[in-house]
Amino acid sequence: MEPTSDNFAANARAGLADPVLQRALGLARTGFPARRQQAIERLPEFEALREEGRAIKDHTLAHLDHYLELYERNVIAAGGQVHWARTAAEARAAVLDICRAAGATIVTKGKSMVAEEIALNDYLEANGITPVETDLGEYIIQLRHEPPSHIIAPAIHLMKEQVADTFRAAHTGLDPARPLSEPREMCDEARTILRPSFLAADVGITGANFLVAENGAGIIVTNEGNGDLTQTLPRIHIVITGIEKVVPTLEDATTLLRLLARSATGQEFSSYTTLSTGPRRPGDLDGPEEYHVVLLDNGRSDLLGGDFQDMLRCLRCAACLNHCPVYAAVGGHAYGWVYPGPMGAVLTPALVGLGEAGHLPNASTFCGRCEEVCPVKIPLPKMMRHWREREFAQKLSPPAYRSGLRLWAWVATQPALYHAATEIAGRVLGWIGRPRGHFRSLPLATGWTLARDLPAPEGRSFHSLWAERQRGRPAL
Amino acid sequence: MSARDDILGGIRGALKRGKLPEAQTGALAERIAAHRRNLVPARAAALGRAERLDLFVAMAEEVQTTVTRVAAASEVPAEVARYLAAENLPAELVMAPDPALDAMPWEARPLLSNRRGRAGASDAVSLTPCLAAIAETGTLMLISGADTPTTLNFLPDTHIVVLHAAQVVASYEDGWDLVRARETWPRTVNLITGPSRTGDIEQHIQLGAHGPRRLHVVLVEGLEGAADGPAAA
Repeated sequence: MEPTSDNFAANARAGLADPVLQRALGLARTGFPARRQQAIERLPEFEALREEGRAIKDHTLAHLDHYLELYERNVIAAGGQVHWARTAAEARAAVLDICRAAGATIVTKGKSMVAEEIALNDYLEANGITPVETDLGEYIIQLRHEPPSHIIAPAIHLMKEQVADTFRAAHTGLDPARPLSEPREMCDEARTILRPSFLAADVGITGANFLVAENGAGIIVTNEGNGDLTQTLPRIHIVITGIEKVVPTLEDATTLLRLLARSATGQEFSSYTTLSTGPRRPGDLDGPEEYHVVLLDNGRSDLLGGDFQDMLRCLRCAACLNHCPVYAAVGGHAYGWVYPGPMGAVLTPALVGLGEAGHLPNASTFCGRCEEVCPVKIPLPKMMRHWREREFAQKLSPPAYRSGLRLWAWVATQPALYHAATEIAGRVLGWIGRPRGHFRSLPLATGWTLARDLPAPEGRSFHSLWAERQRGRPAL
Repeated sequence: MSARDDILGGIRGALKRGKLPEAQTGALAERIAAHRRNLVPARAAALGRAERLDLFVAMAEEVQTTVTRVAAASEVPAEVARYLAAENLPAELVMAPDPALDAMPWEARPLLSNRRGRAGASDAVSLTPCLAAIAETGTLMLISGADTPTTLNFLPDTHIVVLHAAQVVASYEDGWDLVRARETWPRTVNLITGPSRTGDIEQHIQLGAHGPRRLHVVLVEGLEGAADGPAAA
């Protein structure tokens, strides 16, 4: 999809004003964090596992070329094929070539954020192939022609009434008299509708949570079982994923698996963790006859060795989204592309450009919860700060903002001037604001006062109290 | 330049180095060959055999797997028949063509029809063996093979798994060692923790999204039949 991240402010305002979205986000705000907390309280080793998870990913990234080559060798040894894609366009073309060679008309898909990143569905459709999303949430948003609003719960922005309307509009054979008001009924409806697609598909496409270098296995983690039907029933299985997903051994993948479900849904372990390695073996009664892996770079290798390398540790668990006050207020669509929330605020500028996505790293209060809950300790706030610095250096921010920031920077580096100016400003504001104790509006500060009051300064400044303390006298 | 060479070259360029020298790739190969375990939680690793079994059952039941214990493999057909009747399910099984399952006294249950093979669209109940079970999270480990088609684990509404007590190991790492001990690595390894579920509509958990709605484990506690399964630690 074309990013609309440049419209973040308008997107966010629309999200804040949408009562249905606000109800849906209300459910997410409480559900995910509470379940995660319960799960990690049951595992005393969780913190130590985070340290190990970080170290495993850092080790792999430092030797990424080596592990990718080893992974490739082992996929080929197991009878599979590896297709390298520098760009989204190359990845789409690789998938289409495989589908065309197979004469495919229906393609089932397990949930894949990389497939969203390269807008695979639109491309397949334009080329006469019908992609069928099979994850329940992905299926719902495919019917609604919407992008996902969350990386593990793509339809989290919807309430059940909207899902029911979507099904009634799309499933023309559905008896109008049949009840469709409860999630149970909708789940059964989707199961019934999608089952024939699973059986008819020529090609099944899944993503991968991990690629294992030691034996060429791809790992998917799901709850519905749709990914397993997708990769077991069709004649061809395509895995599409990013180059950063590789890890050295099964033991390494296991450490990350212990972190993943707990961080994502608060489960001890997801229902299905599935390793697929090559096509069916001689004598096997089922499984695909062909196995392909499309490895996507799309800007990832550029992040190595720089300020943003840590982002390549990301497991796509969504804990940072689930704990972000900004995401919880505006929802995922406000971010304007496929990766929302704090991880999206760091990743999106890297993948679509800072000019398009410069607002995203600014849409943060820097409360730091994202980094606190990240299973592999990605310093998300620090990296958002890096983007802000680059935005300033590349002159991408508005002129008034830039000159204001420059003026402030100049004053802040002149201690005498800074102390005098803040002293005077503090006293004047304190005097004007004393009757009320706060300001409802203030020139040059509407960005603050539009949404909340500004407290009037009281008492003495921190600097003067500190100076007094340093001189050895007790501060009052 | 090919996309492959471009990407690998780009990685090396970003890491400010060329191809890794042999001494270093040798060390990385040793790291892999060692299969060194990272931190394994004490929850299951510290337990004796009986407690490990109890932990498996408790963790499995927590995620809506049902478990019935029987004393011997010869009791499995009766337990399967009882379960199907209790759940009001048809007495028709599609079974993995597995010699250990075949050796059970199915002829004593003439009303229970059992076909051997992969699952088809109309099969309602499947019966499979498993390679191991992981106590840590109540997880079953199944592998694909000529005797164990993967469709049995996902297409039918109800999946029944025969598990021998000796197959219950502490952690996933113990399970990987069992798979590695086989002649070849299978196409598919399934770690299954409870029946299929989704929370995609308002985060209400519903069982049976696309895979089985019910997952039932028949746990064979006696030593008889354990030799059919792989030896476990």
